[in-house]
Amino acid sequence: MKKLIFHIILMLTSVILTAQEKDSLKTTSLNEVIVIGKKTELHQKQAKPLTSIDDYLQQSNKITMIKRGGYAWEPVINNMATERTLVTIEGMRIFGACTDKMDPITSYVEISNLSEANVTSGQQGTCHGATIGGAIDLKRNRSNFSETGWNGALHSGYETNGNYKIIGTAINYSKTKFYLDTDFMYRDADNYKAGNNEEVAFSQFRKFNISGTSGFQWDKNKLVEASIIYDKATDVGYPALPMDVSLAEALITSLKVEYKPVSKHFKNWETKLYYNAITHKMDDTKRPFVPIHMDMPGWSDTFGGYSKIIGTYKKHHFQANLNSFYNRSKAEMTMYPSDPNENLMFMYTWPDVRTFYTGLFLEDRYEFNCHTALHVNASIGNHNNEVASEFGLQSIQIFYPNVAKSTNRILKSTAASLAYTKNNFDYVFGLGYGERAPSVSEGYGFYLFNSFDRYDYIGNPHLKNEKSFEMNASFGYKNKKFSSKIAGSYFHISDYIVGKVNPDALPMTIGASGIKEYTALSYAEIFNLDVTAEYQLLNSLKWKNQLVYSLGNDNNKENLPFISPFRYTSTLAYKYNSFTAEFSVQGNAQQNQFAPKYGEDNTPGYAILNCNAGYIFRLEKTKLNARMGMENILDTKYSTFADWNNIPRRGRNVFLNVTFSL
Amino acid sequence: MKTLRIVSLALLAIFASCSSDNDETVTINELDGLTKIQEITNDTHVIELYSASGVLQQGHNAISLRIKNKTTNEYEKNATVSWAPLMHMMSMQHACPYSAVTKTSGKETLYNGYIVFQMAQNDTEYWSLKINYSINGTAYSVDETISVPASAKRRVTSFTGTDGTKYVLALIEPTSPKVAVNDIKMGVFKMENMMNFPIVNNYTVKIDPRMPSMGNHGSPNNVNLTQSTDLLYNGKLSLTMTGYWKINLQLLNSVNEVLKGEEITDTTTASSIYFEVEF
Repeated sequence: MKKLIFHIILMLTSVILTAQEKDSLKTTSLNEVIVIGKKTELHQKQAKPLTSIDDYLQQSNKITMIKRGGYAWEPVINNMATERTLVTIEGMRIFGACTDKMDPITSYVEISNLSEANVTSGQQGTCHGATIGGAIDLKRNRSNFSETGWNGALHSGYETNGNYKIIGTAINYSKTKFYLDTDFMYRDADNYKAGNNEEVAFSQFRKFNISGTSGFQWDKNKLVEASIIYDKATDVGYPALPMDVSLAEALITSLKVEYKPVSKHFKNWETKLYYNAITHKMDDTKRPFVPIHMDMPGWSDTFGGYSKIIGTYKKHHFQANLNSFYNRSKAEMTMYPSDPNENLMFMYTWPDVRTFYTGLFLEDRYEFNCHTALHVNASIGNHNNEVASEFGLQSIQIFYPNVAKSTNRILKSTAASLAYTKNNFDYVFGLGYGERAPSVSEGYGFYLFNSFDRYDYIGNPHLKNEKSFEMNASFGYKNKKFSSKIAGSYFHISDYIVGKVNPDALPMTIGASGIKEYTALSYAEIFNLDVTAEYQLLNSLKWKNQLVYSLGNDNNKENLPFISPFRYTSTLAYKYNSFTAEFSVQGNAQQNQFAPKYGEDNTPGYAILNCNAGYIFRLEKTKLNARMGMENILDTKYSTFADWNNIPRRGRNVFLNVTFSL
Repeated sequence: MKTLRIVSLALLAIFASCSSDNDETVTINELDGLTKIQEITNDTHVIELYSASGVLQQGHNAISLRIKNKTTNEYEKNATVSWAPLMHMMSMQHACPYSAVTKTSGKETLYNGYIVFQMAQNDTEYWSLKINYSINGTAYSVDETISVPASAKRRVTSFTGTDGTKYVLALIEPTSPKVAVNDIKMGVFKMENMMNFPIVNNYTVKIDPRMPSMGNHGSPNNVNLTQSTDLLYNGKLSLTMTGYWKINLQLLNSVNEVLKGEEITDTTTASSIYFEVEF
């Protein structure tokens, strides 16, 4: 706690001391848009170039990660998890096939292949669909018709903790009319060790990811692009869950036509069709104590498309996106009784739910003058759910006898923000309203065991749309040596969907405490405040700080689950020519405001120290980027508020990442 | 022109063959969904016994029958039928709960009813079925041994209630259970004497379906059985997955006193009376 106060004081003094200085400096945000020429790869700028995408994303003030194991963490935006957020890969809607959220969309893009992660908060993120908390759009590297010919890279990494091996390649070919980008990455880790050398059983994982994108420009301003991602993880341990994963497989494909009119008002018009298929198989065969063996496979297939147009008119910068998807989500559970003569126990946990969404998104940014701009967006969409399986529909009717086979919802959203910039200061104030439909689990899940609060969850097809009213404001200052930003957001969410205990119903899962049925609180409130401050101490030395504070409670002033306690990161970064080094402290305060109703407990605070150093060797066109570091130097044993069932996080780890590029 | 003639001839042939099939279609419709169990003969008639499965078994059996006149080979349409099943035990003989036999509605030659065999045959003990019928005022009778093997799953239970009366409970529906809210139907009978097992009125049968193979979990939104106008007992049975379900029972009299059966708790994992369903 003392450490924490010390940090706050330091932070505040630095804000005050440097606030007088003038001059402008561009704030480095998480979004790094790289457009032309040979790729300045995003991953090469990271402290750990071959880290997981999860690790990368949680550098954002808006994002935390719920961890169920060593791999495939669930991103949480503004303290809101998957149901309330929107994660897309280049605008494509993809839905996990796992009823326990073991396969987040973020696990299908490799950091070596990521050019940009566009994190948007609240209703600013509705371009590709409805959201409450915000959106992440992941964009891959592209050669984009640069005259670079062949080039390639070889990635390799090793981490001592968990004997973690990484190997990957990137091979690209680009000419003015054609390009082909490929990326391959293989990761293999044994069980990791928490602080004090304690091994965390079932934390191993093994996966590979192949990505290919190819573009052809047949006319000066017309191009077609095809892309594919194939991601396959086998043998993924989930120490926090009662089951592991024997297979998580994703095939993600798309075909895009882009037209860049030379016309005065329209700048870009792109149309994409996509298809993705996710298969997920849970596995309990390696667990020592299994009360009953079960198979839990799940499938999620999505067809979709969008057509997006960007343009300018006088002082307007506008964008329109017409998008649609059709998703099929099905999950089964088959239990094997100990008596082999008995029939297998079978149920649909997702009853083959078809979701068909069509929406229109409109956005306009109007610049009054060089200081003031107004940003307005609005969307409307039609969301239809249909239970295709008669078996599944009758199952759900056990709980809700009047469930119709098909339900229709209209989802609306709108947001406006006003930005004002003058003399190194910038101010933004925004308001927003948005709605979302219940997820497949919330609407139609059937006996989904939540190992966190140990209840079986039953979906509720009669749920109303969740509605969010939000306010956000930020205040920033930057000059040559110093930049700082304070941003706050407040969400008032009506008909907030949660599970509520049904005391009359009996649980199905052995060891479960009871049944929770999804229902809605009249409202919940979530408040986030984050502060970033960067100070250029010397020409080669920069000090970066992040502080985040969040609050979340329901209409009875009781805490919501997975609301981050006060968290902070402070980094000293040294850069001299090709040499870089960093030293950082990262920590959380104690989670006092926990939600026991949802299985949370009081997680103690922690702080860990990390350091790394790297050097880029250059010989003509070839480049060798070597980076070495130590994480959790003091081998602290800790777990965070977002660690499922308090599984401890990695102890001391030494890593070496080497990328050789031509 | 030639082709037209051929076509019309062919059409004629088809229609002709259809009409000649007509008689048989009636007979086939009569037996829709029924399979023959056995035939019982006397000098004048052949009695054909039918059920959905084509076999009899311990528990409730819905049985249909037809009476064929040996001389005319025609099925009797206006018979008055009754039956009397009898168990031949080593030490004694007794009957079982059974319904009256009535003409099946919508059918011409079929008669139907049910019999609840509360016990199965064994090496030394067997069931016989006596059928009495009269046609145009003339009475006839047949009597034959029938085969009633034990059922794979428990579908009938007999016990003495706390009131000292012997009861027989039989599961009638669901015959093909689903993962859904199923209609559940039972017959509740008391043993008045060795030969009479009348239906009892205004009782309640409480149900608690459980899966013993999976931590003895239950299911929600079941509805206890109460008597309907057909005098049988009806309720709702929720089955949340396929597999083996034990339907634990409690029998309550008209003033809601428990006559038999226990409530399921952490320590009492099964009731002393239950049925079994597996699918």
